[in-house]
Amino acid sequence: MSDTHDESQEHGHDHPRHELGYYARRIYAIRDLLLEKKVITTKDIQEQIDYQEQRSPANGARIVARAWADPAFKARLIADPKAACAELGIDATSLNEFVVLENTEKVRHMVVCTLCSCYPRPILGRPPDWYKSLNYRSRAVNDPRGVMREFGQAVGPNVEVRVHDSTADIRYLVLPLRPRGTEGMSEAQLARLVTRDSMIGVVDALPAGAASA
Amino acid sequence: MGRAVRARFKPGDRVLVKMEDRPGHIRTPWYVRGKRGWIERVYGEFRNPESLAYGGDGLPKRPLYLVGFEQSQVWDKYEAAKDKLFIDIYEHWLEPA
Repeated sequence: MSDTHDESQEHGHDHPRHELGYYARRIYAIRDLLLEKKVITTKDIQEQIDYQEQRSPANGARIVARAWADPAFKARLIADPKAACAELGIDATSLNEFVVLENTEKVRHMVVCTLCSCYPRPILGRPPDWYKSLNYRSRAVNDPRGVMREFGQAVGPNVEVRVHDSTADIRYLVLPLRPRGTEGMSEAQLARLVTRDSMIGVVDALPAGAASA
Repeated sequence: MGRAVRARFKPGDRVLVKMEDRPGHIRTPWYVRGKRGWIERVYGEFRNPESLAYGGDGLPKRPLYLVGFEQSQVWDKYEAAKDKLFIDIYEHWLEPA
C-alpha cells in the first residue's frame, strides 16, 4: 500500500499502517490463483465462511441445556451423541465419532489435542487461540489442575481429573455439571450458563445467578 | 460405534505403547510412548492417518482404541493419585503388556 498523501499531517494524528503480513499476503495470492484458474468461485468462499460462522458454542449450549433439563435426552446423548444432536437440528455428521464426557461431583473431564487442534467444530465452532497454544497443549496433560486453577477453577483433591487427548478420529464434548439453584429454569436460561470453556472442561458452567444477568 | 471390529484387544486389556520413533503424521503423542495403560473402549476401525496425510487411501483400516493411563505412571512428578489420562491410539502402536 503506497500513501499518496501524508495522512498524519492531514488529520493531525497517526494512522496505523495496514501492511499485510507474510501469511496474509500468501493466502490472498493463493485465493486469487484458485479463482483465476477457476478451481473455486467467490460463491464457494462465501458459503464456506457462512458455514464456519454458523457453527458456534451456542450449539453446544443448547445440547447441554437440553441434557440438564431432560434426563431421557441426556441418556440418548451419551449413548448416541450424533443422533441426539440431530434431534435438536444440529448436524454433527461431519464428525467421524463424537463422544460426550459427563462430569460428576467426583469426576471432571478436560479436553485437549496435544498434537494440533482437534476440536468438535460442528458443536463448538472454531477453537479459541489458547486451545491451539503450545502452553495449553503441553500443560493440559501434565498439569491439568494447574491449568484449571489458572482458568479460575481449583479442583478439590477428592475429585478425579480425567484429561482426554483427542489425537485421532474422536471428538469430545464435556457435559458440565448442572449448577446448583437452577431448578425450574427454562432451557433458554440454562443455556446461558453453558460457556464454551465449560464444554472444553477447563471450568464449570456459570453459577445460577448468571442466567438473569 | 457398534460395528463389528477385528480388534486384537478388548476393554480391560493391559497394553504398552510402542517406543518407536519415525517421521510422518504419527497420531501417538511422544509422551506416552513406552508407557503402560489399559484399553478403556474399542472405538472401531478408521483409515490410517499415517497414510491419509500423504495422499494415501488409509487402507487397511486400523482399529482405534481409547487407552487409559494413570497420570502418576505417565509423569514422574504427578501428585494427584487418582487422575487419569485418556488417549485415542491406533492398534499398530500397541502391544500386550
